[in-house]
Amino acid sequence: MSIFNYFLKKEKKSSASLAKERLQIIVAHERSKRQQPDYLPLMQKEIMDVIRKYVNIDEEQVVVQLDNNEDCSVLELNITLPE
Amino acid sequence: MAKIIVVTSGKGGVGKTTTSAAIATGLAMRGFKTVVIDFDVGLRNLDLIMGCERRVVYDFVNVIKKEATLNQALIKDKRTPGLFILPASQTRDKDALSMEGVQTVLENLAKDFEYIICDSPAGIEQGAQMALYFADEAIVVTNPEVSSVRDSDRIIGILQSKSLKAEQGGTVKEHLLLTRYNPERVASAEMLSVADVEDILAVPLLGVIPESEAVLKASNQGAPVILDQESEAGQAYLDAVSRLLGEDVKHRFLEVQKKGFLKRLLGGK
Repeated sequence: MSIFNYFLKKEKKSSASLAKERLQIIVAHERSKRQQPDYLPLMQKEIMDVIRKYVNIDEEQVVVQLDNNEDCSVLELNITLPE
Repeated sequence: MAKIIVVTSGKGGVGKTTTSAAIATGLAMRGFKTVVIDFDVGLRNLDLIMGCERRVVYDFVNVIKKEATLNQALIKDKRTPGLFILPASQTRDKDALSMEGVQTVLENLAKDFEYIICDSPAGIEQGAQMALYFADEAIVVTNPEVSSVRDSDRIIGILQSKSLKAEQGGTVKEHLLLTRYNPERVASAEMLSVADVEDILAVPLLGVIPESEAVLKASNQGAPVILDQESEAGQAYLDAVSRLLGEDVKHRFLEVQKKGFLKRLLGGK
């Protein structure tokens, strides 16, 4: 191993910090899903089916999100229609 | 009133059975009458780790199906007084356990024992959910590795939503036990540190068990590793038992052990 390799290696992120970063993202994502009510995936699918009757869209173009505030919940439906 | 503690992890092979055997033995060593139950129906292994595999006559499923009494199925540990093992069935499948059956067995054990340790199967299916459902406390066994940490978070979610305590509006007291920890690899930033895992899971730390040759040696011999008090792993489990009993014990074996000059010269470990 040359001296250049030594310096190059230092620049790279350590594998442990990479692991931590990836875990923080996936765990946060999975926790937010966990708090969703059980009916949400089925509801999302049915909303998709209704929209598909009129417009041809992909699954990724519909984002359903439920935010719980103190005394009310907000259901946010975000649909990107094709041009 | 007996305290029911589940040893769980989501992921397989992280050290649930090793931990169940060690913690149960440690509690009995401290004078508490303890029973350890194998919930892994179809894949029983606690009997091997405890070294009582040739003394199994009746099992957990036999008791649930009323084919045997609890006293017939309980195996008295030969090394540690006050310690009993309830083995899992090897021939049935995981559906052989019923919620009512498990509840009845636990209620009967609670009359005689101070601690009931439930060794959970891997996964998040029925068997694992059954093992944690009646728990007062949970020891979440985690390796400093991405898939294990993620699965632990998953099982923590189940503890917080699908346990009896959660359904009644309470909480299962959670403890994090980090196993197979390698301080050398943490020092060279190749392995998640204790602080990293604590940060991600946000569960109070019960203990850190260093990666140790003593664990394999103990399972070869069928003696819980906590009995090997020369080993770091054995000592770390003793500390964890003390903390479980509410004592304030400093964490050990987190730093790289400095090798002496002679040892380094001779390449010793």
